[in-house]
Amino acid sequence: MGHDTHVQEKSQVQYDYDRKHNAVHMRHQVVNFAIMIFFTFLAFAVVVADFSPYFIKPFILLLAGVQVVLQLYSFMHMGEKKAVHIGFINTFVWMGALIAFTIFLALLTIVWW
Amino acid sequence: MSSVAIGKEKGFGATFWDYLTTVDHKKLGNMYFFAGLLFFAIAGLEALMIRIQLMVPNNDFVSAGFYNELLTMHGTTMLFLAAMPLLFGFMNAIVPLQIGARDVAFPFLNSLGFWLFFLGAIFLHLSFFMGGAPDAGWTSYASLSLYSPGHGIDFYVLGLQISGAGTLISGINFIVTIVTMRAPGMTFMRMPLFTWTTLITSALIVFAFPALTVALFFMLADRMFGSNFFDHTMGGNTVIWEHLFWIFGHPEVYILILPAFGLFSEIIPVFARKRLFGYSSMVFATILIGFLGFMVWAHHMFTTGLGPTANAIFAVSTMAIAVPTGMKVFNWILTIWGGSIKVTVPMIYALGFIPSFVAGGVTGVMQAVAPLDYQLHDSYFIVAHFHYVIVGGIILAIFGAAHFYWPIMFNRALNEKLGFVVFWLFFIGFHMTFFIQHFLGLMGMPRRVFTYQADQGWDLFNFISSIGALLMGVGVILLVVNMFLSIKSKPLNTRDYWNDGRTLEWAIKTPVPFYNFKQTPLVRGYDPYWIEKSEGNKEGMTFAEPIGEIHMPNGSILPLVMSIGLFIASFGALYHPDGVSWSIPVIILGLGITVASMIVRSFKDDLGFHVSKEEVIATEESLYGKGGNK
Repeated sequence: MGHDTHVQEKSQVQYDYDRKHNAVHMRHQVVNFAIMIFFTFLAFAVVVADFSPYFIKPFILLLAGVQVVLQLYSFMHMGEKKAVHIGFINTFVWMGALIAFTIFLALLTIVWW
Repeated sequence: MSSVAIGKEKGFGATFWDYLTTVDHKKLGNMYFFAGLLFFAIAGLEALMIRIQLMVPNNDFVSAGFYNELLTMHGTTMLFLAAMPLLFGFMNAIVPLQIGARDVAFPFLNSLGFWLFFLGAIFLHLSFFMGGAPDAGWTSYASLSLYSPGHGIDFYVLGLQISGAGTLISGINFIVTIVTMRAPGMTFMRMPLFTWTTLITSALIVFAFPALTVALFFMLADRMFGSNFFDHTMGGNTVIWEHLFWIFGHPEVYILILPAFGLFSEIIPVFARKRLFGYSSMVFATILIGFLGFMVWAHHMFTTGLGPTANAIFAVSTMAIAVPTGMKVFNWILTIWGGSIKVTVPMIYALGFIPSFVAGGVTGVMQAVAPLDYQLHDSYFIVAHFHYVIVGGIILAIFGAAHFYWPIMFNRALNEKLGFVVFWLFFIGFHMTFFIQHFLGLMGMPRRVFTYQADQGWDLFNFISSIGALLMGVGVILLVVNMFLSIKSKPLNTRDYWNDGRTLEWAIKTPVPFYNFKQTPLVRGYDPYWIEKSEGNKEGMTFAEPIGEIHMPNGSILPLVMSIGLFIASFGALYHPDGVSWSIPVIILGLGITVASMIVRSFKDDLGFHVSKEEVIATEESLYGKGGNK
């Protein structure tokens, strides 16, 4: 914040490393994005294809579960173990999930209506 | 804003523009504070009208319909538009100083949060002049509000939606600020309690407000666009509103009370001149209260008919909250115990707070007993309980903290003698108003009735209660007078006004320059300023860096423009059900303004400005004279 601005020159090795690192990450993002779109397509497809509801419901829920994991770990970067404050981010996300799940569970089980 | 302007008198226009565009946390804190005070006065006036109406039986001071509007607007305004902005005012003004930051993490969002809250609040209050205010209670249960004629409920839904978005933004902002912008050495377990409670409160806001947002969107769609989420005749379910509202509403109560706890945890150690007793248990209790706050929402709905299993479980989880709250009360008492106590105005508010809040807590546990709640529900006992918690907890905290932090916020002190007069008027008036309402409730007087028959044994108690309300009104007026008097008093130009400040905000000389600390301080332990003082440091703090260039954010008018866009769009949505031809174009125009200013914000690079070393030194000298902040 309050310092004279530091200028650091990157070495060639660092530059190459960053470039490769970024390329790998970009490939991951694109692949995951394609998977997300494909899953959404599948979800629509099974409904349009008129399968039995006993197949459609668990199947769509399964796809949704996978999408949640992809969303959190790929697009919201929770997979990056060395990111700044990742512990804090993890705590918040899981605390939110815990609270939401408890409310959901209470509404399903002990609350009549 | 440029540092060059510091020290020069500015004209009214320039000052006004400065406040419209500012992103400075101190100015936004003051704006939150005064906006909150304005709505506090409005809601207080509504409360006085309610009490005048109930002063004698069969009174016709206001009509039944207007009484419903008064009680709804009193509750809604006090919780969303008075208590929250007043607390946000202190958070903005104090938290960045307490953690040694230059500003909050997202200054632009901070300004956006304020303007969304303010325009949402204005929108809600326009309802008085545009065909009637909302009249279904601050909880606005769907079974009532869906069938409320006129546009009152629409004002409620749209106004709260806008100001709720502002609150959510501020909540995110404070979490990021506290997690990422602490000064070197300020570990989590060295953070002052007010910073801790702000962090937990912000987390509660982020987790709880989405439930309200969803509920309000359902209500909006039901009332304005013909959906049937809450209409049981069309396959909807009216109880869903109650669940959603209280899943938000109970954490909301803790969103309000936790910062109040934090403020008292700052005030008490300063005037007991003793380290806060049980710091780590205070932190733990704060987190636990925040977590448990999400597990108890159905205790507002015991009589809805959820069944014995649900009632029993929610009764037990509610009682569990008394444990961490009790830890806090004992910690405050043990902080005072054996201290060298100075009874100043903030301290007397703290001393008044402890028994008042405990009384409110005890009646809370009584209501947690589900079978007893069947007796107490919707009676004046409930009214007495939540006023004991809110007035005896939050309002006393706000008044006490106003005296406590006035030197930092405005470089003036509030008059001590008048402060004591205000405290006693308000405190006696408060107990007179609400203590007796417990008994009115036990005698069977229902809440939310606009009048009652004579000779049921309620006449005298209601009269006493109304006199108490008038005393509170006089107290608040005198407090505002005190604030005005302080404008005329001499600037303090000092640091550590109370002489016993312990935390970082006292280490900085007032008036606080726009960049806060000229060098980022080094925190060497809990109560950092106390440590420096006890080691004889004359400079206030040990610093973590030499004087250097300071990077500060630019002001911007965009937050106001964005909020005005939503404000305009709300009018379109409001009149949409009337079938007027201009409703859709107005919605599009308003949202267009908002989206356009978002696009401008996204594509225009705003990298802030740098204050050079020479400008920092010049600013310090213009504020504190030769030699600067020493």
